[in-house]
Amino acid sequence: MNIKNKIKITVNGKQMQIIPKFTLKSLITKLKMPLNKIAIELNKKIIDKNRISKIQLKKGDKIEIVHFIGGG
Amino acid sequence: MIDKRFKIANKIFKSRLIVGTGKYKSFSECAKAIKTSGADIVTVAVRRVNISNKNKARLMDYIDPKKITYLPNTAGCFTAEDAIRTLRLAREIGGWKLVKLEVLGDKKNLFPEMIETLRSTELLTKEGFKVMVYCNDDPLMAKRLENAGAVAIMPLAAPIGSGLGIQNKVNIKIIRKQTKLPLIIDAGIGQASDATTAMELGCDGVLINTAIAKAKYPIQMAEAMKYAVISGRKSFLSGRINPSLLGSASTTNKGII
Repeated sequence: MNIKNKIKITVNGKQMQIIPKFTLKSLITKLKMPLNKIAIELNKKIIDKNRISKIQLKKGDKIEIVHFIGGG
Repeated sequence: MIDKRFKIANKIFKSRLIVGTGKYKSFSECAKAIKTSGADIVTVAVRRVNISNKNKARLMDYIDPKKITYLPNTAGCFTAEDAIRTLRLAREIGGWKLVKLEVLGDKKNLFPEMIETLRSTELLTKEGFKVMVYCNDDPLMAKRLENAGAVAIMPLAAPIGSGLGIQNKVNIKIIRKQTKLPLIIDAGIGQASDATTAMELGCDGVLINTAIAKAKYPIQMAEAMKYAVISGRKSFLSGRINPSLLGSASTTNKGII
């Protein structure tokens, strides 16, 4: 894959490069995130976790992946 | 006197002690403290996953949400919009509807921003959330939260993490008298006797994090808090004697030699 074809996205505030037609599901798999323990936001919209294989990421997309941590 | 069940939003809980999961040295210490405390509700926070360390331990690996009720909070939120965004994400992780709303107004003393808190309570309730609300100890505001649909009123005893104990018993008593909602002291507990006092004032429960997590021996303090809450509740239900400035001998004078 030519590097020029790569797409820049932001995941949890960090820049990442992906190939075109890369889906949200591929991203979650690549990051080894357990789906039942996270929630995903794409450009500030919450994404239904059952639909992530149908969502192709685009240039400039901002993704937030959150989970539970200790808190009071 | 038989106690009524501890019920929040129509769900019955065994323990009247709710424990926070922050500030522990490790997840394993946190899990042990929760087990020892007997709590069946724990507060949790929503934060970004660390994407550069995929193998990092997760809270959910140590505390099973099928066995313990997770109560997602909105720690660090300063507006209704922040709080709603956070709780929608929490709901998405696993369907949680029972939530702890905490909208702060000041980074130093961590006092609640009550106007935003009230607005958030209304909006979240309309969205179907069951909102337990961290609030100040103002009876008028407590009433407004109740009218807005809160499922539990959770006034502070003192600033979050301060360990100062209950600063305004009168207000807590007034709120107790005016509401039938669960009244839970949230924030400011320092030691076991503070938890007992809260229960003796008639509160339905106590939420404790720092006083356990930052104690020298957290597991032992978790146990102390468990019994403090049970003890305070029993004391409240038992109907204390009237205080008197005069002495009243416990031993009869009849048959004195």
